[in-house]
Amino acid sequence: MNAVVASLPGGRTSSQTRFERNSATAEQSWVRAVVLTLALVFFGLFLLLPLIAVFVEALRKGLEVYWTALADADALAAVRLTLLTALIALPLNLVFGVAAAWAIARFEFRGKHLLLTLIDLPFSVSPVIVGLMYVLLFGAHGWFGSWLAEHDIRIIFAVPGIVLATVFVTFPFVARELIPLMQAQGKEEEEAAVVLGARGWQVFWYVTLPNIKWGLLYGVILCNARAMGEFGAVSVVSGHIRGLTNTMPLHVEILYNEYNFAAAFAVASLLALLALLTLVIKTWVEHRTHTSGHRH
Amino acid sequence: MSIQVRNLQKRFGDFTALANVSLDFPAGELVALLGPSGCGKTTLLRIIAGLEQADSGQVLLEGADASDTHVRERQVGFVFQHYALFRHMTVFDNVAFGLRMRPRSTRPDEATIRRKVMELLELVQLAWLADRFPAQLSGGQRQRIALARALAVEPRVLLLDEPFGALDAQVRKELRRWLRKLHDELHITSIFVTHDQEEALEVADRVVLMDHGKVEQVGSPEQVYNQPATPFVYGFLGSVNRIHGQFDAGHVRVGDDRLPHSPASHNDIRHGSDVQAFVRPHELDIVTDTDSRAGIAARVDRVLRFGSSARVELDGVDSLSGQRFEVELPDSRLYALDLQAGQNVRLLPTRLAVFESNPGLPGGKTA
Repeated sequence: MNAVVASLPGGRTSSQTRFERNSATAEQSWVRAVVLTLALVFFGLFLLLPLIAVFVEALRKGLEVYWTALADADALAAVRLTLLTALIALPLNLVFGVAAAWAIARFEFRGKHLLLTLIDLPFSVSPVIVGLMYVLLFGAHGWFGSWLAEHDIRIIFAVPGIVLATVFVTFPFVARELIPLMQAQGKEEEEAAVVLGARGWQVFWYVTLPNIKWGLLYGVILCNARAMGEFGAVSVVSGHIRGLTNTMPLHVEILYNEYNFAAAFAVASLLALLALLTLVIKTWVEHRTHTSGHRH
Repeated sequence: MSIQVRNLQKRFGDFTALANVSLDFPAGELVALLGPSGCGKTTLLRIIAGLEQADSGQVLLEGADASDTHVRERQVGFVFQHYALFRHMTVFDNVAFGLRMRPRSTRPDEATIRRKVMELLELVQLAWLADRFPAQLSGGQRQRIALARALAVEPRVLLLDEPFGALDAQVRKELRRWLRKLHDELHITSIFVTHDQEEALEVADRVVLMDHGKVEQVGSPEQVYNQPATPFVYGFLGSVNRIHGQFDAGHVRVGDDRLPHSPASHNDIRHGSDVQAFVRPHELDIVTDTDSRAGIAARVDRVLRFGSSARVELDGVDSLSGQRFEVELPDSRLYALDLQAGQNVRLLPTRLAVFESNPGLPGGKTA
């Protein structure tokens, strides 16, 4: 998981430079040049260039067109729906993630490995399959379709379906971030708190949570980025009803298919900005985790 | 408060951590649970605290069955081997934690808490560290804070799990003297777990020796050291020479040699059965007259002359070849003997403790 790798503390710079400057351990300069060039070219071509392209295309017809595209009623509805979905999915996954990580890191029970595998399932299953799965369960011809129709509950091609699909695909982020962290910290501090008379929620609030807060925030940020950007699963269950069940990624696709490039890229630039913001917060959290990790 | 445990059993899968352990811990005593790692001592401590559940058996606190009492109601103070200080709190907040967690009705006001915490920090002589974080303290300081934190809730019992295990030798020595002093001031019933015999013998009023989930011996440090009750205790406490042989009236036969013992104290051992004899290094004398038939034959390997008494290391010969012996002699005696490396001598025990090798089995058939 890149998240786990990325969250490893930095702070090796001093030993790194020592390693590099020492003629006994340093790489030959041409090796360094080749590796560095490869990495930079790849980064420029596949990451930086597309990012720039999004903003260039979005602003090609001028700021006015840009603002009009964003102020469009359907675009605003898509932004609102995306925010609403994230706002529901995040707290749910926060609770699920903490509960799952707690169970796995603190208790021995049958089926622990099964639970671990299940947590990873959303990563290994194609999002389109996830969407399809919900259609098969809750769609008009699905298992619960007729029951839902009788009770006038709409899930597929409606907001609940979009939320369900998003919750599913973003489920692993918080749990995956917390499990290794909680396992590494052990349960001694919590035991100490219990012996000192703390009740269950006090232990969680005053001891567990402060110890995992940065990891938790990190997981939530990743979870949020994925929730807002999810396309495949949401696309299957949404029905693409303009102004009602279109999230931002879906709206971008529709605009693009209508050859409305300026508007498509304008909305896409919002998503890109969101990604950049996520990166900034993520870096800041990493920095905090690192410095607080250093102090302890 | 007195603590009793009755017939405690605890298994982890196939591993027996406690096999029917019953013990009394009188009020106000400082007791050491001593044994090699995996002997069940930490499990016993955690069961008394309530952090672990016994498979069967009872824990009685002040005579009352505590098996169903929740950890937080047992009023125990627990000190962990790796301190388990709350890393995100200052020293002050760590010590105040127990008081602040109390239900509103019994929680002291913040001024009282402050006074109490500072008192405790004075007691452990670390008041000047109140605003630091645990990571900024040395190991010894952390453990003293952990102790102050445990004492803050006015526990009826203090349980310490390898409290000095993670510290270096110098600090360890200092802290155990300090712990003893603290206990003499507070007189709170305390149990501490250790695998360090010196620590147990030096600090505790009483020592409980454990091995493989069983209690081997309970007694004062003097008793367990001078009159070990089982071969395990002999081997675990202090250095000892172990000699295998056969038992007969008045002697232990070792190959062609015979070692005298006092039969009165061993009248439960069958004649002819395999036995292990234990002799402390200072209870062996060296005789240079090799014609003598007393004692057992050995060859001098090294003579170590430093410290208050000299040590001689010897190799067994004939049927005992491969065995090492260690003898402790006063300097004057060593001077009189004038031993040379490679010299053949005989070893004569002044005191011999004999235990059957396979008690319960009919003896004498294996040899």
